[in-house]
Amino acid sequence: MEAQKEKSMILQKEMVNQLFNDLSRAKETGKKVCYTFIPGNLSELIRTFDMLPVYPEINALQSAMRKKSASYIKEAEKNAHSEDVCTYVKCDVGMMMKGNIGPTGEKIPEPDILLLSYTGCFTFMKWFETLKRSYPNAEVIMIHTPYQENAKMTTSMTQYMVKQFEQEVIPKMEKVTGIKFDENKLKKHLELAKESEDWIAKIFETTKHRPSPIDAYFAGVYYIGPINIGFRGTQQAVDYYKELYSEIQERIRLGLGPITPEGEMKEEKYRLVVEGPPNWTSFREFWKIFYDMGAVIVASSYTKVGGVYDLGWRHDPSRPLESLAEYCMNCYTNLNIPQRIDLLSKCISEYDADGYVTNSIKSCNSFSAGQLGMMREIEDRLEIPVGFIESDLVDPRYFSYSNIKNRLESFFQMLEQRKKINENAPIN
Amino acid sequence: MSKYYLGIDLGSTTSKAVIINEKDEIIGRGITNTRANYKVAADIARDEAIYDARFTLLSNIIKADMESKPEFKKYMEDIRTVFQYQQFKRRMDILEQTLFETASGFQHAEKNAIIENLKNIIETINPQIRQEFILGGLGSKNQFFRDIVSERYNTEVAKSPRELFEPLMLAFDKSITPVENEMVQYNFKELVMEAMRVLEEKYKGLADEQEDGSKEDWYYAELNAVRNNYKNVEMSLRQHIEEVADRDIHIAKMVGTGYGRALLPFPEDCIKSEILCHAFGAHAIFPNTRTVLDIGGQDTKAIQVDSHGLVTSFHMNDRCAAGCGRYLGYIADEFGISLNELGPEAVSAKRETTICSTCTVFAGAEVKELLHNGEERANILAGLHKAIVQRAMSLIARSGGVKNEFTFTGGVARNQAVLKYVKQMVTDAYGELTMNIHTDSIFMGALGGAMFARRNISADLPVTDSKKINSEI
Repeated sequence: MEAQKEKSMILQKEMVNQLFNDLSRAKETGKKVCYTFIPGNLSELIRTFDMLPVYPEINALQSAMRKKSASYIKEAEKNAHSEDVCTYVKCDVGMMMKGNIGPTGEKIPEPDILLLSYTGCFTFMKWFETLKRSYPNAEVIMIHTPYQENAKMTTSMTQYMVKQFEQEVIPKMEKVTGIKFDENKLKKHLELAKESEDWIAKIFETTKHRPSPIDAYFAGVYYIGPINIGFRGTQQAVDYYKELYSEIQERIRLGLGPITPEGEMKEEKYRLVVEGPPNWTSFREFWKIFYDMGAVIVASSYTKVGGVYDLGWRHDPSRPLESLAEYCMNCYTNLNIPQRIDLLSKCISEYDADGYVTNSIKSCNSFSAGQLGMMREIEDRLEIPVGFIESDLVDPRYFSYSNIKNRLESFFQMLEQRKKINENAPIN
Repeated sequence: MSKYYLGIDLGSTTSKAVIINEKDEIIGRGITNTRANYKVAADIARDEAIYDARFTLLSNIIKADMESKPEFKKYMEDIRTVFQYQQFKRRMDILEQTLFETASGFQHAEKNAIIENLKNIIETINPQIRQEFILGGLGSKNQFFRDIVSERYNTEVAKSPRELFEPLMLAFDKSITPVENEMVQYNFKELVMEAMRVLEEKYKGLADEQEDGSKEDWYYAELNAVRNNYKNVEMSLRQHIEEVADRDIHIAKMVGTGYGRALLPFPEDCIKSEILCHAFGAHAIFPNTRTVLDIGGQDTKAIQVDSHGLVTSFHMNDRCAAGCGRYLGYIADEFGISLNELGPEAVSAKRETTICSTCTVFAGAEVKELLHNGEERANILAGLHKAIVQRAMSLIARSGGVKNEFTFTGGVARNQAVLKYVKQMVTDAYGELTMNIHTDSIFMGALGGAMFARRNISADLPVTDSKKINSEI
């Protein structure tokens, strides 16, 4: 069992190391480097052009987990980035200013392309505008992704995006890499992406079991790692998710709960759905508050930032560019608020959650806008206890352990009362 | 044997204790200022609640007399105040001793002058305080040992020679904290007997007060009744005091709450979130409550409750103190007035000055600027009070608004100006609805704690349809 658990982790570690190693040798190998963001990331297209992806948000959160973000943020603030700027940006800019050393200790190469494929976050645009000044030779590709204002992706929206791929993205990528666009190669990556996505959907559905074999938030962020750092559309990702799925199946067979940093969670007391990104600077402490109380997260919106697969959408090799367009438009923060409410409500009902927690992030408008209204609507619709906490992504100054613990303690006591009431309810 | 239940709310500013009986009726309340030693604060609040409970029991025994004879009612009020003075005096004696010991340890050239001045100060303030307790009703003014002493001590130090200012203040600062953190044991019966002697002296010495129409008729009626008949009350009390003093106030279970709850020496299952306790307490007093606003020393909470008093959601401030009790404390310091004077003065304002600063510290600077520009103090105070309530209103909105009956709790609910703006703004935003404010507002958290203690939660919670509890709102 232990060996199995380690296998998927080893696979993931190998993938990460390989990527950063490839990145550090990009100059020698002549590979082009494409900086891009997780929401709406065009991994398969990047791979079609043999480029290596760099995700500034991933670097920022890795820096936070390695306790480096505070000094990077300070560096950025020293260079006139205001206190109110997204801390992912400041952490990334600060890291760049301090030599751009990545999480594995190797230098991250300069970008050949700055690819923005999701415009729902205004900060992303400004971020790359800032980077453009530091890397004047990088080609900037900005794609406008229409927001799902009317809760659907129409043919004209898809066509609008495909046109941008054909007229802007592909020609520029061809120019920078010197490689001719190969649709068949893209199709192969899309086929593998689809396969990975099927596995991911299955993995996150295992939380329907009692006890849930995994934590879909705190452990979930690790599970989405490979698809979010550019491996979606590769055989490695498919292998990783297959392995992970079989490990989880084994946990289910043995009736085991999720693994926490302090070992197996013994008793599943509360099942929760969490909306919003986690805090990275105190990730372990944050997680501990939950598992100490026997709370397991059965679904979270954050694990859907790199793609929403719950509702059946998959990459489709028979419609390569159209499916890339849909992928961009279908990322979680590009859904309109009622769509997000429906999605989260579905999670709460299907995974039989006892409560709903919002972690509101100071830095992140994409997530925070509408969060309170969503919570109210979910509370009214499902009559479920809700909790609201506030922290930040990577700025340790905005994680107040005692405030968060105090609120969560009250929330868990609320859940406890509610449970007692429900247990005492007459059986009809 | 009767069973009693204790709830302790260890807040940032004050620690409260409530004792209830098996019918959820409050029989004792205790309150003190929170200090460095939380255990002492909790113990003092608890002991006070137990004394208060004994007085309640005593009053219940002589209930018939209390209802029919004005002297009984008046005497019982007075004896509680004097009883408080007796406790105060014991601690004051310790402070006096500590002050002299501290000053004797000074390496100051003017040591003798310091000690001489200390003597004078103590000789001046001791009778002052006694007078205020016995005749002025100081006991009912929600002031604590530290506040009472330091206010008067500071006044006297200001009159002392300037070069002694620093050492005299230092002597006080060094002495007050250990004295405050010391647990003093009192003997209930002994203090009551002493209080009776003090009262005898007081009533004997009472001159005829002329009825000049400035006070209600009952005031003179009570006064005359007690002056003429206090001996009867005394006799009655002497009969019952043994019984009450020796009665075992058996605390069957207790629950601790408040921000310092984790530091209370209670077992883990006896510690509850203050959010749940405030809501439960407020709901017990006003069962139709659906929204509770609690403004405490360092946090403000907007809580939504269901028909059973259970919390459905809540919102509270963090990161910023503007909008809670400490803000008022800070403002009082800025103006050099006491916390109790803030509300009345703000209510007397002609208009509210707009205070822009959302930060407590910046508001201090803004206030100075406004004063400098000639703005009236009352108007500024009104503006500050309004600003606090505006912040609370935003929390209420975030927690889901006010849907039905609204209850305001916490220490700040005692402030008339805050009360005025809460009423005004809640009505403006949510229309006319029932708004509850209780004299025991500050005790709601402790009451909720005691009520949780009484319920063996799993067995006693009301039975209801699963997942339907919200619909009854």
